[in-house]
Amino acid sequence: MATDTSSVLLPDALEVIVQELRGRGWRVVAPVRRNDAVVHDEITSVTELPIGWHDVQTPGSYRLEHRGDGAFFGYAVGPDSWKRELFPPRAALLSARRDGRASTDGPGDTAGTGTDDGAGFVVTPAVPDRRRSAFLGVRSCEVAAMEIQDRVLLHGHHVDEDYRARRAQAFVIAVNCTAPASTCFCASTGTGPAVRAGADLVLTEILDDDHRFLAEVGTTEGAELLDLVPRRPAEPADVAAAARAVQAARHRMGVTLDTEGLHDLLLGNLEHPRLDDVADRCLCCTNCTLACPTCFCTTIEDATDLSGDVAERTRVWDSCFTLRYSEMHGGRTRTSARARYRQWLTHKLATWVDQFGSLGCVGCGRCITWCPVGIDLRAEVAAIRADQEAGAGREGASR
Amino acid sequence: MAGLPKLAVWKFSSCDGCQLSLLHCEDELLPLLGRIEIAYFPEATRTELDGPYDVSLVEGSVTTPEEAERIEAVRDRSEVLVAIGACATTGGIQALRNSADVDELARVVYAHPEYLDTLETSSPISAHVEVDHEIQGCPISRGQLLDTLLAILTGRRPNLPQSSVCMECKMLGTPCLMVTSGIGCLGPVTQAGCGALCPSYDRGCFGCYGPKELPNTAALAGRWSELGIPADAVARAFRTFTGNAPAFREESDRHG
Ligand code: SF4
Ligand code: SF4
Ligand code: SF4
Ligand code: SF4
Repeated sequence: MATDTSSVLLPDALEVIVQELRGRGWRVVAPVRRNDAVVHDEITSVTELPIGWHDVQTPGSYRLEHRGDGAFFGYAVGPDSWKRELFPPRAALLSARRDGRASTDGPGDTAGTGTDDGAGFVVTPAVPDRRRSAFLGVRSCEVAAMEIQDRVLLHGHHVDEDYRARRAQAFVIAVNCTAPASTCFCASTGTGPAVRAGADLVLTEILDDDHRFLAEVGTTEGAELLDLVPRRPAEPADVAAAARAVQAARHRMGVTLDTEGLHDLLLGNLEHPRLDDVADRCLCCTNCTLACPTCFCTTIEDATDLSGDVAERTRVWDSCFTLRYSEMHGGRTRTSARARYRQWLTHKLATWVDQFGSLGCVGCGRCITWCPVGIDLRAEVAAIRADQEAGAGREGASR
Repeated sequence: MAGLPKLAVWKFSSCDGCQLSLLHCEDELLPLLGRIEIAYFPEATRTELDGPYDVSLVEGSVTTPEEAERIEAVRDRSEVLVAIGACATTGGIQALRNSADVDELARVVYAHPEYLDTLETSSPISAHVEVDHEIQGCPISRGQLLDTLLAILTGRRPNLPQSSVCMECKMLGTPCLMVTSGIGCLGPVTQAGCGALCPSYDRGCFGCYGPKELPNTAALAGRWSELGIPADAVARAFRTFTGNAPAFREESDRHG
């Protein structure tokens, strides 16, 4: 993002931002420390941020520790992603009320009103909540994840109205990552640690002699907000310090994911024995997919009330790791853990590209940390790749 | 009240907790009675209407020769039969005897074991008759019971997911206890329905809803061992509530 518009904020200025937004009646949602983890919740003050905390993440393990400083954003991503705000676990889609005059003409006879489905029901679409929300502390991988969900939920054949409303109401204050976890690999997927676009404001926390934030503007709305906040123009030294912090983060990231030829590698190894191996370890518990900021699979739940006259339809998170997800007329197709893990891995890293033009993975590492048995997709891919390369080597040698 | 579908609630070997879930639907009970008639429910009413019944809720496992006969009769008189609770769906806690010598247990517990007429095993309803729906849990969830009854009355499919408790944890936003604290949790192999109750109170799931579909108990038990949980604790965990469910029984047996 352009640095000529950048300015420097002191920590107190963040409180001014929070109060300004709350004064407008917006929700301000930010990381908070709860139940031994950094999760997202509405805050009333920046003092509710997990100030001075740091997360140690490894496959299947997450621990919070004191950093020994007053960093506001000194941790990586936690179990919640902004998906919880934009694409919540349950979203009402419509309700239908029996109106007592069943039509004999079939659906469509009252087309134009959009209320009577022709079978004696009045159908009312759910109205999404119109309140604006500001998301504070959004990481670059998460901004990238929002853009991926936009492609899926807004720019495909079907627009998800609930998502559209929530996305339009979101104001994004991003934070360049300076404290990645060992499970992070956004540098491999090209989605971090620096935010390139897609945010209203971007902050970089600088923790040298004086604690300050470099603020860069992403949108007009972001610039207007910044105008209301005490700040000074950024000096080259501020910009350099911020760049150093982000660069250091890039180098501190853990194991990488080699994306070279990934699409063909995975689709060319659909029967690879490593998939049997991972199937032995995988619990099909769905934690990885529900924690993932890009996974968008849902099911539809219909419920009826006590009177029997009102039905409600709800969109509910689902996962390719459940049996019901592959249920279709005639049966279920993915009955084994191998089939489900393969679907997940190949979708994230290969067929997503065919479908939506990018990887389905932004390298946030949530599926690695929050897998109760610590399955690490980087290791699964590396094992398949190593075997392929060894195989190619063997073929080369035998020629 | 002529014309309303008839509901019967049957008790086999059980603690009554699951059928009481129906009475616990306090706010919903009266409106429900506008759509269904309680024809047989000794826990709630002395009314006894003859069958056939449109819906039978069956609580408890089959542990005596008398029960083995009675469940056939219930099935014969029921249009839709719903097995409710860990006992009816897996054999329940009383199925602990399935791996013990019943005669010896009877001698230890009862002053006059000669008065007992009991089967060698405690078995789920589905081992005896065809079951239309199973609501797992010890006790079952009121919400799932109500939804299932409304689904049957409306002619739709009940919302009874076979997926993991983890799914409910993630939907609630409860950070995983296995990951944050190294606490042994059976959630990844246990069927959803409780709303991830125990993890919400910082306790690992005890598995009271029984196995989910495709429960990878071996991988979970392996992780528990890595977390330092001793083999006898692993064995006990899998046989606490639904130890007669095949997946849990086999895993339990592997650990002693
Ligand atoms: S697949 Fe894993 S690392 Fe990639 S975006 Fe999803 S949770 Fe993050
Ligand atoms: S990869 Fe891990 S988190 Fe995902 S379904 Fe398998 S065991 Fe669960
Ligand atoms: S606490 Fe238990 S139920 Fe919840 S996500 Fe973790 S393993 Fe699953
Ligand atoms: S978390 Fe597990 S033990 Fe607790 S109520 Fe739910 S299924 Fe039962």
